[in-house]
Amino acid sequence: MKLKKILPQAITLLVVILIFGFFTMNAQLNMENRGIDFGYGFLSQESSFDVQFSLIEYSGSDSYARAYLVGLLNTLLVSILGIILCTLLGVIVGIARLSPNYLIRTTAAWYVEFFRNIPLLLQIFFWYYAALRALPLPQDAEAIFGASYLTIKGFYTPSLIWENLDIFIYSVIAAIIAIIFVRIQAKKLRENVGKHLPVLNISIAILFVLPLLSFLFGGVNVGYETPELKQLAKTSFKFEGGLSIPPELLSLVIALSLYTATFVAECVRAGIQGVGKGQREAASSIGLNRKQVLNLIIMPQALRIIIPPTTNQYLNLTKNSSLAAAIAYPDLVLVFAGTALMQTGKAIEIVSITMLTYLTLSLSISFFMNWYNAKIAIVEK
Amino acid sequence: MFKYLKQLTSLVAMVAVLFTFTTETMAAKKSKTLKNTQKKGFVRCGVSQGLPGFSNADAAGNWTGIDVDVCRAVAAAVLGDASKVKFTPLSAKERFTALTSGEIDILSRNTTWTLSRDADIGLTFVGVNFYDGQGFMVRKSSGITSTDQFKNGISACTNIGTTTELNMRDFFNSRGISYEPVAFEKADEVVAAYDAGRCDTYTTDKSGLAAQRTKMSNPDEHIVLPETISKEPLGPVVRQGDSVWEDIVRWSLNTMIEAEEYGITSGNADMMKTSDNPAIKRLVGAEGEMGAAFGLDNDWNYRIITQVGNYGESYKRNIADTGILPDRGPNELWTKGGILYVPPAR
Repeated sequence: MKLKKILPQAITLLVVILIFGFFTMNAQLNMENRGIDFGYGFLSQESSFDVQFSLIEYSGSDSYARAYLVGLLNTLLVSILGIILCTLLGVIVGIARLSPNYLIRTTAAWYVEFFRNIPLLLQIFFWYYAALRALPLPQDAEAIFGASYLTIKGFYTPSLIWENLDIFIYSVIAAIIAIIFVRIQAKKLRENVGKHLPVLNISIAILFVLPLLSFLFGGVNVGYETPELKQLAKTSFKFEGGLSIPPELLSLVIALSLYTATFVAECVRAGIQGVGKGQREAASSIGLNRKQVLNLIIMPQALRIIIPPTTNQYLNLTKNSSLAAAIAYPDLVLVFAGTALMQTGKAIEIVSITMLTYLTLSLSISFFMNWYNAKIAIVEK
Repeated sequence: MFKYLKQLTSLVAMVAVLFTFTTETMAAKKSKTLKNTQKKGFVRCGVSQGLPGFSNADAAGNWTGIDVDVCRAVAAAVLGDASKVKFTPLSAKERFTALTSGEIDILSRNTTWTLSRDADIGLTFVGVNFYDGQGFMVRKSSGITSTDQFKNGISACTNIGTTTELNMRDFFNSRGISYEPVAFEKADEVVAAYDAGRCDTYTTDKSGLAAQRTKMSNPDEHIVLPETISKEPLGPVVRQGDSVWEDIVRWSLNTMIEAEEYGITSGNADMMKTSDNPAIKRLVGAEGEMGAAFGLDNDWNYRIITQVGNYGESYKRNIADTGILPDRGPNELWTKGGILYVPPAR
């Protein structure tokens, strides 16, 4: 009886090991035949290529390991921006799809159907080349709000120059802790005494007042640097100074968030519709207003339905960000699995590192979302 | 009687099988790649995704270019028919993996011969079919006529996975100029981005610049700057570890170049068979046993010249007549002031 249970599993395991062993041996043999070394030593070698856009200091005299980090951070940047934007847009569109207003409802439906049915790569190309074709050259760009410029070479906007930035950050952290404390107290008050505090207003006030104090007494100061037009040649200009965002990043984030937001919107709509009609009616009948019905009754139940499929969309967005390679945004795939792979020829090593990285990223997101899902799950009493 | 007949047939069949077996092993005894190629009936050749003059497919899917001609020459030598080539378009990033993994047998894709590529990654370069150097293209209207006029903050479009990226860094660093590299995976994307105005300059091998210029929306608006910032000897590559195949590809290329040196063209190769010069007779298979060492017949080089032509014909057809680079520059024979010089076929 026991053997009958164990035997099939043991055989399966054996087959899996054999298959992996076969491929590993084959790869080793082939690489040996062709005189290719295996090893990760190249990571500490000088990379000797430059990268267009990096969040950390990097030049070609740094190592391949640092080039990897540059790519990873760029991938994370696109993913995080994309996830934030697609969530905001997705929630708005999802709720709009249920709007009683015909125009809003239909527009939202058209948006969803249009953007989710066109391949993402095509959309990325569209936004990139549309941006390149439609945006003005730096010298022709009109100022937006006086000091920002959207040009074919990127978006240029004044950057802030901080004094005593650390004190400002501490004040923000202090504000967040204070808000959490207020919320806990408010919840206690509501449950014990039945009194409602205007938590949102108090939170906003704290978030403004504490950082403001850091300006007044903490010696925090903010200056700014505006982009200036600089001539490179007779007809060639660029902006210098300030904050510059390359058009590759802009179009990638736009394409990814517009595409993924359609799926998030559908998750949100499904979640809201998944809450029974009786819940809403019951909530209204005990005297809760529309806002309270949505916040206290509908959303807590809807989130249970919304979170798991939305996690999938976040994972998709992160993985889809690797399409960046098509439009020269230096993400992990372009910098590491592209240039670094070509310059070193270490295909197996680099592809394995890249795969592991994406796996880790996806698992982290998944882990976080599962934790959040468990936290908001309704506990049956 | 009938019984004996049957036995006799089987004996004959056995002898025949044995004979074909031995001849085949004789012909391809050292080269697995040669054997596989003859069995498949076509040469597997990796080319670019479209670089006029070097390897470019027309609307009907016919490939032309001097890189393509190297593969055709090998097909003519090995299979007797220059058209029996299967072309695989590859990006700069994919090319070496495709070769080392055995997806293709020759990589003839404007690939620069460098020490690390030759030594490190399981490749062997067999020769040079185009001497090139990296250059810069700019818009005429910018007024830039020399790289000396480049200023800090210039943005440069290029391909990833090429020596270009490394040379560009060396060039700008040595001059202390800060620059913004914008690197795409496909050449067409680089051209589109530069053409749209994303970059101030486009940098790659000069031959590539000249060829890609023809693809721009208005070629006359762009110029290639005179400076050459690197040596880029481009040539066909094979996998390491098959020296016979390596020799076949090397001498197919050498044959084309040497044929030009001796004035043998696709038109006069037949007449040359009766030439007085033994060097010429060797090149058209009329003297010596030049193919035996590769496991090929004696007409292998004659077929290359008649079916593909000599190097000069190939250059004229693909690069000069298409207006890409009418001046042969260093790619002229050593006897005419260039640096094309190949070992003698004897």
